[in-house]
Amino acid sequence: MTQRFSGTQNYVATEDLTLAVNAALTLGRPLLIKGEPGTGKTQLAEEVAASLGAPLHRWHVKSTTKAQQGLYEYDAVSRLRDSQLGEDRVQDIANYIIKGTLWEAFDSEDLSVVLIDEIDKADIEFPNDLLLELDRMEFHVYETRQTVVARKRPLVIITSNNEKELPDAFLRRCFFHYIRFPDHETMQKIVNVHYPDLKKSLLDSALKVFFEMREVPGLKKKPSTSELLDWIKLLLAEDIPPEALQAEDKNSLIPKLHGALLKNEQDVHLFERLVFLNRRNS
Amino acid sequence: MLIDLLYKLRRAQVPVSITEYLAMLDGLGAGIGGYSVDDFYHFARLSLVKDERHYDRFDQVFADYVNGIQSLFEDIIGEIPEEWLRAEAERLFSEEEKAKIEALGGWEEIMETLQKRLEEQQKRHQGGNKWIGTGGTSPFGAYGFNPAGVRIGQKSGRQGRAVKVWDRREYKNLDDQRELGTRNFKMALRKLRRFAREGAQDQLDLDGTINSTAKNAGLLDIKMVAERRNAVKVLLLFDVGGSMDYHVQNSEALFSAARGEFKHLEYYYFHNFVYEKLWKDNRRRHDETLSTIEFLRTYGPDYRVIFIGDATMSPFEITTAGGSVEHWNEESGVAWISRVLEKFPHAVWLNPEPQAYWQRVPSIKLTYQLMAERMFPLTVEGIGNAITALQKKH
Repeated sequence: MTQRFSGTQNYVATEDLTLAVNAALTLGRPLLIKGEPGTGKTQLAEEVAASLGAPLHRWHVKSTTKAQQGLYEYDAVSRLRDSQLGEDRVQDIANYIIKGTLWEAFDSEDLSVVLIDEIDKADIEFPNDLLLELDRMEFHVYETRQTVVARKRPLVIITSNNEKELPDAFLRRCFFHYIRFPDHETMQKIVNVHYPDLKKSLLDSALKVFFEMREVPGLKKKPSTSELLDWIKLLLAEDIPPEALQAEDKNSLIPKLHGALLKNEQDVHLFERLVFLNRRNS
Repeated sequence: MLIDLLYKLRRAQVPVSITEYLAMLDGLGAGIGGYSVDDFYHFARLSLVKDERHYDRFDQVFADYVNGIQSLFEDIIGEIPEEWLRAEAERLFSEEEKAKIEALGGWEEIMETLQKRLEEQQKRHQGGNKWIGTGGTSPFGAYGFNPAGVRIGQKSGRQGRAVKVWDRREYKNLDDQRELGTRNFKMALRKLRRFAREGAQDQLDLDGTINSTAKNAGLLDIKMVAERRNAVKVLLLFDVGGSMDYHVQNSEALFSAARGEFKHLEYYYFHNFVYEKLWKDNRRRHDETLSTIEFLRTYGPDYRVIFIGDATMSPFEITTAGGSVEHWNEESGVAWISRVLEKFPHAVWLNPEPQAYWQRVPSIKLTYQLMAERMFPLTVEGIGNAITALQKKH
């Protein structure tokens, strides 16, 4: 094993996550990543690619994405049009084969990283259609009768938000890792990585507010890491002193710039009500 | 030895197959996760478990498994001479790092400091809020001195952990066999979404293409249309009163949260069992009722019917005319439910009672048979299975 991943300057990888990436790298198996939204699933692929110095091929999956599109597409419509216009390039079918993300990755001489983002958004058959391709890292182009084989097995990172169940046959071929929501300490490190010269007191009070907010029962969308980072960015931009975040501040009921943390007006109302009740009781 | 783990997991209903087991052996052969119990735990979980819902079960099985072999493990570790460890570590350190070690007072000093660190850390560990290895204060690879991940001072390392990762059972809430509550609500909601969204999108509009190509003087003009979405219509029938109230509230909230995903979603209530009347507003149940006959006439057979009830009552309430505890019913519950099931071939029963009791309570057993075994527990997993059953063609 020549290349290993061990977190980067911009990304705090926990020990089990590092192990997961390295295992996938060593054994050449796809790595399926799940976790709460905003815990850095997509970010992971970017950071792995950066730390390995490998190119990253992104494939963002939508509800309309077909597995075939990741391999190649045969643009029959433009060939038909061209044939009506009598163009010469019509003779060679290869002119109308458009390479997909996986083909590009397979073509790469060196190690490359493929990100299949939000695989659960696609049709239920999507993962099944990629079984062989991800297992053997090869596929057949029917139109040109050629077989594309990966020169070097790419590291495939797949993210899922759990909207659909993935088929068992697909899961069996993957390694699976669930990114836990970071604890207080890890969160501190994450924030430090992003905002190295943040005042410690501000960070402490911000984190306190943040974790308390996550504990509020009934929130529709709990704030996640990426929202915390945005919020801190705003706090810094506005130059808000740490004291303003403390609960003693009677002027504002809820933390400043909460819009970055709570993304839903019902949540904001709920939170305001709870804070109000709390004040009255204390 | 390892094969025990496989069988234990399978017994605990973690779906592990030979493929995954072989993948794990493959990885161990390649030297991943073979050097400490923690690494092994992470690697085993990575390769064997494919769903966070099974993490908790895996943790329990792993704890059981490890306790069984820990003694053996300790014996082996104890036999590794300190000298060898030290030599190995020194071999792996670069000159620069060795110089640093010297600067810090040499090897002995480092080991001592490390020991202290570990003791300090033990205190914090017992605080119980720390995930192993996240702080970079893991006993292994301490000080950031050993890039290759060699463990320094095995014994103290292992004593340094008060609670094992798997003993903490942090994934308990993700297990899908727990009863439906606010925590796993979201998961259940996702299951329902899967029900509502189906089918791919783009389709060639053949008629449109021919039409516009003809208009285009024979020059091809392709027209595409979006495939029609599967519009799922759902009727919910809740058993209200007594023990069911808590569950009704919960499942009502669940289904209304998913409301946007269905084309139609209607609620009706019944008490204990379906008879000739249903009602929409439980407070005015005696004034505003809908006769079940009309209910059957109103909705087409393409509706999916979901009963939610504990089906716990006297069997006579189901089997005999006049058996209802509330009123005199001319016809038995069996007759009524058969009519409903005949009209709506896609129907399931969700039961909040633990599945283990079903065969022991006569009325549940009876309902189970009447529903042609389409009764599922009111858990995330149960809802998932119920939806699969509803999607099947009859």
